[in-house]
Amino acid sequence: MTEPLLRVEKLVRRFGGILATDNVSLAVLRGELHAIIGPNGAGKTTLISQLTGHLAPHSGSIFLAGRDISRFPAWRRSALGLARSFQITSLLPDFTAADNVALAAQAHDGHSFRFFADARKERGLREVAEAALDRVGLSDRAQVPVSRLSHGEQRELELAVALASRPQLLLLDEPMAGLGATESARMVKLLSELRREVTIVLVEHDMEAVFALADRISVLVYGRVIASGAPAEIRGNEEVRRAYLGDQHVVTRHG
Amino acid sequence: MKKPLGASQLVAVLLVAGLVLLPLYSQLTGNVFVLTMFTRIVILALAAASLNLIMGYGGMMSFGHAAYLGIGGYAVGMLAQEGIGSGFIQFPVALAASAIYALVIGSLSLRTRGVYFIMITLAFAQMAYYIASGLARYGGDDGLTIYKRSDFAGLINLSNRVQFYYLCLACLLGVVFLIWRIVNSRFGLVVQGLRSNEQRMQAIGFPARRYRLVCFVISGTMCGLAGALLADNTDFVSPAVMYWTRSGDLMVMVILGGMGTLFGPVLGAVVYLLLEELLSEVTEYWALIMGPLLLLIVLFGRGGIMGLLGRSWRD
Repeated sequence: MTEPLLRVEKLVRRFGGILATDNVSLAVLRGELHAIIGPNGAGKTTLISQLTGHLAPHSGSIFLAGRDISRFPAWRRSALGLARSFQITSLLPDFTAADNVALAAQAHDGHSFRFFADARKERGLREVAEAALDRVGLSDRAQVPVSRLSHGEQRELELAVALASRPQLLLLDEPMAGLGATESARMVKLLSELRREVTIVLVEHDMEAVFALADRISVLVYGRVIASGAPAEIRGNEEVRRAYLGDQHVVTRHG
Repeated sequence: MKKPLGASQLVAVLLVAGLVLLPLYSQLTGNVFVLTMFTRIVILALAAASLNLIMGYGGMMSFGHAAYLGIGGYAVGMLAQEGIGSGFIQFPVALAASAIYALVIGSLSLRTRGVYFIMITLAFAQMAYYIASGLARYGGDDGLTIYKRSDFAGLINLSNRVQFYYLCLACLLGVVFLIWRIVNSRFGLVVQGLRSNEQRMQAIGFPARRYRLVCFVISGTMCGLAGALLADNTDFVSPAVMYWTRSGDLMVMVILGGMGTLFGPVLGAVVYLLLEELLSEVTEYWALIMGPLLLLIVLFGRGGIMGLLGRSWRD
């Protein structure tokens, strides 16, 4: 069996007495879209933050393409091809959309100890930014400061920023959070295109989207993975129904 | 994308023109005092501009920036005392000493954030102050008189008022030019990005601390230049230039003029020091007027004078 792109082994993270991540083991294969679902407070964002290096696990390991990255700081993981979007939009508010994306491209184009040339006039960086903005449908908003973009546009920009670093693995933390119906539909369409190009770990509440997009789903409850498998298996899993989906009509309606 | 000249740009142009033409005015009117006063203003404007690089663009609220004025000054004074009068040695030593101090202080204090960063930079500057006070060989508390200004082998005569003024002005404009290039460079965008959202910058792959540290060192080195010039200007250096109130003055100049604007700190220095001069002529309680005035500007003019100008232009 080939090495999965991302392998998580027995990850543990506590907050005081609460086990937010309880012996989580996961494997994300190259090319798949792996969704992580779970009720509120299941520890999804905590898990993502440990994968990206924003939070240190208490024990366990994380391997990216076979390499142990458990102790790497966030910026080094990013350099190795791991990109994320944030559940609560986290951009550079006083920069334009284009600047936000160009900086991501710049981060992956050698060091930035260059003090003299105007970075905004660097063709290479701007082209990558334009391409990424175009990808998410924001080309005509490139010169608008982030603080003046709508929430939906900011969500799309989060994605463009992640794409601009040409990641191996994209970790998306609830990209649909707070989006209206039309915006959500656009995001699903976008993700369904992206999944062909890049391996994606998707944390999402929107069940319809998850079951439409995912190759595999892992279910997280109280910090533990209680089931992992193809959408059909998850839908049929008795434990998942009881622990998470609870009211059965949710399952049947989307099933 | 050429934009029409805004009010703040216009003020910057007038400011520079005024500073360049000042010796002419002094010559024509025979007013020597104004030149002496503005030499000091230009030097402190340089210090404020250097502080603005970390404070305005980098979001690092250093409350110990006056330490570099002392380090640069003592480098000149101590070398002069030991018989090394050449500016070609004194000035590089002043810059190097400031850079090393910034590197050490920065690598320790940049581990902290917010109030802690303010306090730790303040504490280090106070330490430098007390160390200078203890240098018995170099005047201790009383300070050190510099009997001969830095000698630049006939290239420029620092004892000539006009020449010295233009040297200071050239240094100021040179530093502002450098800062302008820096803030628009790759490095500058990273530093400003870190001010805006550090978590995001880490997530897209930037190691925050080393970029901040380099910025901190550049800023300190620039301020060390101001310190060396200041010592030559007063023919004297004492621990008082490093005292925390002096660091506070520099912060006020930056905030008054406009943080994170290119010419804001220069304007801030000119306005602050002129006000100090004028008000202290009127009353010895000038601080009573200055205080509320600054409060008003901070409360109602977010972005300082440059911010006010920018706004009024748009409305």
